[in-house]
Amino acid sequence: MTDTLLLIPVRSNKQGTSLNVGKLEPEYQQVTSTVELDPQDMERLGLEAGNQIRLRARSGAEVVVTCQPRKAKDPSPGLMFIPYGPASSQLMEADTAATGMALSKHLEVQVEGPL
Amino acid sequence: MSTMLRITNGRVYDPANDIDGEIRDVCVRDGRIVEQLPEDAPTLDASGMVVMPGGVDMHCHIAGSKVNLARKLQPEDHRLDVHPRTRLTRSGTGGVVPSTFTTGYRYATLGYTTAMEAAAPPLSARHVLEELHDTPIVDAGFYILMGNNEFLYRLLEKGRMEEFRHAVAWWLSSTKAYGIKLVNPGSDEAWKGKRNANIVDLDQPVNAFDVTPRKVIKALIDVANDLGLPHPAHIHCNNLGHSGNYATTLETMKIAEGRRAHITHIQFHSYGGEPGRNPTSKAAEISEYINTHPNISADVGQVMFGKSTSMTADAPLAWMLRNVTRGKWVNADVECESGCGIVPFTYQEHVYTHAIQWAIGLELFLMAEDPWRMVLSTDHPNGGSFLSYPRLIRLLMDREFRREQAARVNQKALANTSLLDLDREYTLREIAIVTRAGPARLLGLKHKGHLGVGADADITIYDEQEDKEAMFNAARYVIKGGELFIDNHEFCADTEGRILHVAPEFDDSITEELRPFFEDYYSIRFENYAVDDRYAPHAEVIPTGA
Amino acid sequence: MSENTTIVENATCTFCGCVCDDMELTVDLDEKRITKARNACVLGRAWFLEHRHQERPAALIDGREVSVEEAIEEAAQTLVKARFPIIYGLSDTTCEAQRQAVALADFLDGNIDTTTSVCHGPSGIAFQGVGESTATLGEVKNRADLLIYWGGNPAEAHPRHFTRYAVTPKGMFVPNGKKDRTVVLVDVRATPSTPVADIFIKVRPGRDFEVLWALRALVRGKPVDPGIEEVTGVPLATLEDLVERMKNCNFGVLFFGMGLTMTRGRHFNSGALLSLATDLNEFTHFVAKPVRGHGNVTGADNVVSWQTGYPFGVNFNRGYPRFNPGEFTTVDVLARGEADAACIISSDPASNFPRAAIEHLKRIPVITFDPKPTVTSELAHVAFTTATYGINVTGTAYRMDDVPIMLRPAFESPYPSDEELLRAITDRVRELRNG
Repeated sequence: MTDTLLLIPVRSNKQGTSLNVGKLEPEYQQVTSTVELDPQDMERLGLEAGNQIRLRARSGAEVVVTCQPRKAKDPSPGLMFIPYGPASSQLMEADTAATGMALSKHLEVQVEGPL
Repeated sequence: MSTMLRITNGRVYDPANDIDGEIRDVCVRDGRIVEQLPEDAPTLDASGMVVMPGGVDMHCHIAGSKVNLARKLQPEDHRLDVHPRTRLTRSGTGGVVPSTFTTGYRYATLGYTTAMEAAAPPLSARHVLEELHDTPIVDAGFYILMGNNEFLYRLLEKGRMEEFRHAVAWWLSSTKAYGIKLVNPGSDEAWKGKRNANIVDLDQPVNAFDVTPRKVIKALIDVANDLGLPHPAHIHCNNLGHSGNYATTLETMKIAEGRRAHITHIQFHSYGGEPGRNPTSKAAEISEYINTHPNISADVGQVMFGKSTSMTADAPLAWMLRNVTRGKWVNADVECESGCGIVPFTYQEHVYTHAIQWAIGLELFLMAEDPWRMVLSTDHPNGGSFLSYPRLIRLLMDREFRREQAARVNQKALANTSLLDLDREYTLREIAIVTRAGPARLLGLKHKGHLGVGADADITIYDEQEDKEAMFNAARYVIKGGELFIDNHEFCADTEGRILHVAPEFDDSITEELRPFFEDYYSIRFENYAVDDRYAPHAEVIPTGA
Repeated sequence: MSENTTIVENATCTFCGCVCDDMELTVDLDEKRITKARNACVLGRAWFLEHRHQERPAALIDGREVSVEEAIEEAAQTLVKARFPIIYGLSDTTCEAQRQAVALADFLDGNIDTTTSVCHGPSGIAFQGVGESTATLGEVKNRADLLIYWGGNPAEAHPRHFTRYAVTPKGMFVPNGKKDRTVVLVDVRATPSTPVADIFIKVRPGRDFEVLWALRALVRGKPVDPGIEEVTGVPLATLEDLVERMKNCNFGVLFFGMGLTMTRGRHFNSGALLSLATDLNEFTHFVAKPVRGHGNVTGADNVVSWQTGYPFGVNFNRGYPRFNPGEFTTVDVLARGEADAACIISSDPASNFPRAAIEHLKRIPVITFDPKPTVTSELAHVAFTTATYGINVTGTAYRMDDVPIMLRPAFESPYPSDEELLRAITDRVRELRNG
């Protein structure tokens, strides 16, 4: 199934600690290519924990990441969270609206999966 | 390597050595003034020129956290005034708060070779030193803010004056500071702890502490004298800018009881009238007191029309100005030590208050019987940029010019001053006093501000001109520490200046009291507070003690 | 672990912007690694303990091992040949190195920008517009009785922010620590930071500006339409309650993170928040503070500002500094294909930047300075391996509140520091350009 959701790249402890091990090491790669979805959204999209999904930005850029259900108590339908890294960067657009800052926390992406 | 230079045929103004426009040689060897040189020493022909010691600015805001915030705050001001790079010198931007390199080069261009940053929270001493490191050519030092220090308040509450002295000495030594600065003593506790209140009376209790501004002022005047610091307590009095504040200023000077004290930017503290109403001039009363009290010195803090930036540790004052401009405002509280406020500001000729401030500053200059104790400053960039010094010099030296300028300002304000009755014109000797010899003497810099044998070879050579603003606007030659930096108006070298600081001794037991205070109330470790020598690679320690 | 160990007390962690200076490091001098970092948080422990000596060439040209001297020469030649050389990064190095980097940009007539432009750059722009009421962290510890965190997750990004500086510590005028303070968290989602808060306010993504502006209106006594809830997800009553708390506290603090700067609104969000803090000073003492990221990004802002007058995104093409975000910021000069050589100091734009910028980075000669291999160093023409600041080299780092702290290194590195390399390259560039 496909749907459009809002992707918000974030920091996490694991992203921070694995960064110190090395950005080219498997741990960092894995942490930064795992996206969290609201369990309801996963169910609606027919996704299970550990499924591979494709995220496609409006620019056409796309990445394949692993999905996991978000564990927090507050529901967050329509939102996805991913630790910053190469995957989230691929989806960012380069237009900074004359600020120097690409819109990095408010990415509308198409979700396709499970692959 | 021995470097020598004989400056010949110049008209020399060296008031500290009673030389008043005499044509004579000045000899330089290895960075110092010497009696004579070998016949074949290189010469610099200064015919038609005036030779003076390098200028000394004893009160300006040029380096550190508040200056950098003010710099960052005003890109619009930099854009209009760029400072290009050369093969030898770095680029930068100007405006009222120039970048560090530009600050150094422009001071040198005016013929200034020493400058004192007037207000640094001790916690950001490293920042001040890093910026001064990037402020070329001029020798520099800084005063640390001690008038709102919570640890010192605690000692003062208990009357532990010996520990107080050791603590102040520890702070000066640990930060590589030059002197003690007080800013609106007592006000920070009201500002930070009592919903942005201020303190208005010298005998009003300081919020949360059993001290008063009077007690703080007395203690710091005493400690500066007792430690034998080269420069006495440098005081920004309470009630700056408020009508009627001259009474506080007189009262503050009396606290010194004959001991040395320096009142800074005194123009801002010489107002009559009722609080909240238009100020009147009390320049005569203030001048009278200073003229008859040789223990007191002051710098004027002249207001110059045009763009300025109010940047001060006096946070309540900056808030007051912000409520005038309703524009950009910065406030920056520093734990246990200080407050800070920044407001871009423009002094305008037609505004009553601005015009009377301008006139009062000039009155103070012209009423000073002893120019050695009433020296030149604009409190850069508060009253105006240091780049306005040449114009200020012309205002002092040229009565006609002064009258022309006075005709342009708010006449109601002017009428409330005696400016038009003052015919005095400063001489070149007096200008040399208020811009060089006087500040150097007040700072206790025995080797600066004069051209006697053994003095630092900091020398400025100006083309002698009728228009004194043009004359002082750009030196033809500038020598700092014996080395030529400006050669026929062009920079021919670049270097870092020296850091001038004191290192008074203290009893180490004071650190046993400071350490737990730091653990409880500071956010950095006590062991990481003191500044080490790497932050002042070219330092000169000015002796303290009797 | 060998017998040959030493303890470094009062060392400083430069991983995040908290720059905690109370580390006690146990160093194995034979193995050249830190075995214990007392007082460090989870991120700090990783920063120290994962720093191991790696056998890597000190310098590579196109992947081939070369001497450092050879690499310096090649770097200088590459930069001098370029018409639009850019320097970028700088948040994970000392102020001493940052000062050299600006000098290099100046003598190259090049472009210099720091990671600020993709972090709190929008807050820097907002600052230029409205100013800021702020305070050092010790003041927060001593006085703050109301703490509001907006768009940030300190528990994961700045783990000791709560415990060392803001929430739990006992201060001079808040003697009971957390009991004397109210903590409010505003975010688009619950995070590991949320449990610390007394009040959690959940904002619909991209609606921070609307919430901030409504708060400004309420502070000034202006009416706000209850429809605000539909737009922002926050009931009017919640905002009114927050305004009462803000106006009635003794010392309020608004900490804000990239949840404001990186989302819809960017510098308008930061500007609204800074203005809100300013407005509140009509009623009580109120300060605001961006919670900065990398160890010395605040130093980078300070150094670039004092040397040029502008905090980031500075261009020297005309022989003097010019500032224009969007024109001279790195994402833009890369994405537009303008830069023709890049000097990247302790940063990894090839993994963090938008795709168009990365694509251009692949087309031009890149010089990297990094202690560890990164995506960017992998594509570099000249790659230097450098000593790590705070672990191998001393110098200065500025904490997020502009407090400068001196670094105490734990052990020596066989690799040169960023400062040494940048100084050597700058000297060589000056020789080449001045003839």
